[in-house]
Amino acid sequence: MKNITAERYTNGKPNLRRFHQARWDEPVIFELGRPGQRGILVPEAEAEIKSQVGDPLAGIPESLRRENPPHLPEMSQPAVLRHYVHLSQETLGADFNIDVGQGTCTMKYSPKVNDQLARMPEMTELHPLQDEGTVQGILEIMYRFEKILKEISGLDRFTLQPGAGSAAIYTNASIIRAYHASRGEAEKRDEIITTIFSHPSDAACAKVAGYKVITLYPDADGYPDLEALKAAVSERTAGLLITNPEDTGIFNPKIAEFTRVVHEAGGLCSYDQANANGILGITRAREAGFDLCHFNLHKTFSTPHGCGGPGGGATGVTKELARFLPAPLVDFDGGKYFLNYDLPESIGKIRPFYGVAPAVLKAYAWVIALGADGLREVAEVAVLNNNYLMHKILSIRGASAPYATGKPRVEQVRYSWQKLFEDTGIHSDELGIRAADFGVHYWTSHHPYVIPEPCTLEPTESYSKEELDEYAAIIEQVANEAYTDPDLVRTAPHNSTVHTIDHHPLDDPAQWCITWRAYLRKTVIS
Amino acid sequence: MPSRKIVYPYIPNSEPAIRAAMLKEVGAASVDEFYANIPAALRFKGRMNLPAPFLSEAALRRHVESLLRKNTTAQQHLNFLGAGCYQHHVPAVCDEVNQRGEFLTAYAGEPYDDHGRFQALFEYCSMMGELLEMDVVNVPTYDGFQAAATALRMAGRITARTRVLLAATIGRDLLSKIRDYLKPEIEIVMLDCHPKTGGIDLQHLASQLNSGTAAVFFENPSYLGFLETRGQEIADLAHQHGALIVVSVDPISLGVLTPPVNYGADIVCGDIQPLGMHMQFGGGQAGFIASRDEEKFVMQYPSRLFGIAPTRVPGEYGFSDVAYERTSFAKREEGNEWVGTAAALWGITAGVYLALMGPQGMKEIGETILYHSRYAKQEIGKIKGVRTDVFAAPHFKEFVVNFDGTGKKVAAINKALLKKGIFGGKDLSREFPWLGQSALYCVTEVHTKDDIDRLVSALKEALA
Repeated sequence: MKNITAERYTNGKPNLRRFHQARWDEPVIFELGRPGQRGILVPEAEAEIKSQVGDPLAGIPESLRRENPPHLPEMSQPAVLRHYVHLSQETLGADFNIDVGQGTCTMKYSPKVNDQLARMPEMTELHPLQDEGTVQGILEIMYRFEKILKEISGLDRFTLQPGAGSAAIYTNASIIRAYHASRGEAEKRDEIITTIFSHPSDAACAKVAGYKVITLYPDADGYPDLEALKAAVSERTAGLLITNPEDTGIFNPKIAEFTRVVHEAGGLCSYDQANANGILGITRAREAGFDLCHFNLHKTFSTPHGCGGPGGGATGVTKELARFLPAPLVDFDGGKYFLNYDLPESIGKIRPFYGVAPAVLKAYAWVIALGADGLREVAEVAVLNNNYLMHKILSIRGASAPYATGKPRVEQVRYSWQKLFEDTGIHSDELGIRAADFGVHYWTSHHPYVIPEPCTLEPTESYSKEELDEYAAIIEQVANEAYTDPDLVRTAPHNSTVHTIDHHPLDDPAQWCITWRAYLRKTVIS
Repeated sequence: MPSRKIVYPYIPNSEPAIRAAMLKEVGAASVDEFYANIPAALRFKGRMNLPAPFLSEAALRRHVESLLRKNTTAQQHLNFLGAGCYQHHVPAVCDEVNQRGEFLTAYAGEPYDDHGRFQALFEYCSMMGELLEMDVVNVPTYDGFQAAATALRMAGRITARTRVLLAATIGRDLLSKIRDYLKPEIEIVMLDCHPKTGGIDLQHLASQLNSGTAAVFFENPSYLGFLETRGQEIADLAHQHGALIVVSVDPISLGVLTPPVNYGADIVCGDIQPLGMHMQFGGGQAGFIASRDEEKFVMQYPSRLFGIAPTRVPGEYGFSDVAYERTSFAKREEGNEWVGTAAALWGITAGVYLALMGPQGMKEIGETILYHSRYAKQEIGKIKGVRTDVFAAPHFKEFVVNFDGTGKKVAAINKALLKKGIFGGKDLSREFPWLGQSALYCVTEVHTKDDIDRLVSALKEALA
């Protein structure tokens, strides 16, 4: 037998995969099916009901009845299934790749057992308004999970109501507003301070809550600028919304001074803990002086990202601020768990009911499978993986990691390909598109690009050394191509589902088509 | 404490030799070196006080299952609760698709990584567009509450006005959300409802409309179940003053009811949970916002909007973001509100639902729901002292049941029903004190005649 295996290695290293993304050249669903076909049958009302009720539409005025049936597809059940399975195969889920390329997103492994547990009817078939006595299990899980978050953060009370991370940031901003209003300072305190390397939602949610936003830029070494903060605070300061480590992966060692300066000015400090994965059990919101914080259950706590949700957000506060949390909270009276609506100063509802309960269940299961030692192992290995990958990436021609030179990073790194761009004319986003040809994600960064030609990589704890080596080898291959065969990069993707998209129509109101009906209306038939 | 060193299955490099080799390769003595930036005073001392872990998957499963089994489901009991979260049949294919790892674990990839995700969401928006007869639909926001709150802030930006008028019968939780979300920019005025029909009092509406009014908002069907039958008159009045009409609609009603655009709605919003999402204790909510395809509307959406576009290969469909520069991803606080992780997977699922149902399925489900809820309303209304005609208007799947004539409180009645394995309707006595001892009952296609008859006889016993 021929040694096929040997041919898969070069100089003792595995060759890059000859990946090709699934390409079904799938029609748009409206092109499928035939009139009269059915995907599912609906229960018909029983004869006795029909005879008793008579015309089901009686009393509904003509003007309120649907005149024309909606132009939905008419498809058989297997045809619907096949169409969506094709589309799913054309989607690069974290289950399918070394998903370290979506920095800030914490694309860790979402344990399958937790998904299975969340599919039990005792989770899926619960109405949120059932008698509390019939939902003691899910209430107990919410109560237990809150306790876990209190220990991880050091804060005193959590709500699990926000739908995801940005909704939790908004919740924090709204609580800050309610706090100042309770002291008669709502009008006066109309500014919120954030940093440019905090998530865009820290700025955006503050604005939605009615604040003017002051954004601090980093000092020469990339750290949040304490002097700039001192200059920014005043009697108009309502609060600080800040990430730490920032999206650069740099931990702000002066964070306790930041919170002190803001407190001295009369503001509150809110900790965006979307980047908590590298610091579980290492450092907490309380010790750094924060009044509020939030976690993303779909990032640090492993719940699957679902193509962009449902995720889960958890907002934590100090005892003093607990009275402003959205109602209800989950409490325990010694005998049973109950929903506590007794919050007269609450900011109000953030979301219907109590939050994304299945995400809470999965996050709880993830923590309880790991325990205190396991969570610390998560943090330590996430940070080890990151520094290991940084070591690899920085050895690639054209790569750098601006700021905090020579210092370790926490759980992610914002790299720069400025040198590569100057040498080759290839932009970071073009590298990313070429990386897709090898079956991995690669994300540039949030705007604005303060670090030129950026990319942010976050390995999490979920990938092995060999996988990190493989990812680095892909990036090295792509970077080398930029030097040796830039057109290959420029014309990418070559192995994707689709080829280069013409983006021009997407920004032109006369041409953009956000639905199929708009497309049919705007299509030029020649 | 475990008797051996743990190598965590979720953490490949927790194996000690690998860990050591990696440390060596980067020239670090221990992981502590990576935390050099964290001052000693901020370092958490000791070990977090967390419950002992269930390290094996078998033990974990046993533990979580034992907690979940303390719940009683709406399958084990008969359920007549609605009020924003609804028990409809979830087609198997909906679950099959949203459980696929490709969709379940994808996130924010580019079209060249995630073409299928972009297409599936474009198709969801397109099918919603057909149901709503509107050309623009967003990638889902968190839930119907967020959709309504954002739709109203969009209306404020589109009209450059700062006052909205809300129907008095909207749910108190939704009102609470809207109050919080509109506080910085928009004044809220509550419109009186017509005492007989529950609909908006047109005289009061006329008196409240002025050149500062950005929008008039109502739900159809309303939170209390009745239909607002005078949508066109409301819209005509509002439009005379340059105000927009924002309507929140239950999408599962739209096989039989006309979409709000046909009675003058400018922005339509709502929750897609009925379209293929399990109730999940309120975890299946997802919001939609829809409008006409006008630049002044489109440019005010905060959400992702996906569009179809050509690629360099003839005949190949591409999909990507429309007008990305609107968003907070592009412009931080200068974008519209914010965009982030919300409820995309439920959007894909609702697309599957609509594709399975087709036009005929949507019509039939609307009819069955009407039959069932009307039958229940009739039968419950026959019980002595019980009224189901609180609002003289047609209803869809929910209706108010008033028990004032029985001398019994809803809480006590629901307790008696629970003993018989029935979740009675939502107690409205705190939310809407002017309705007395009333409950909001929800009946859908999942109920049978037997189920409804069982409810009626249980009610009779409870009230005897």
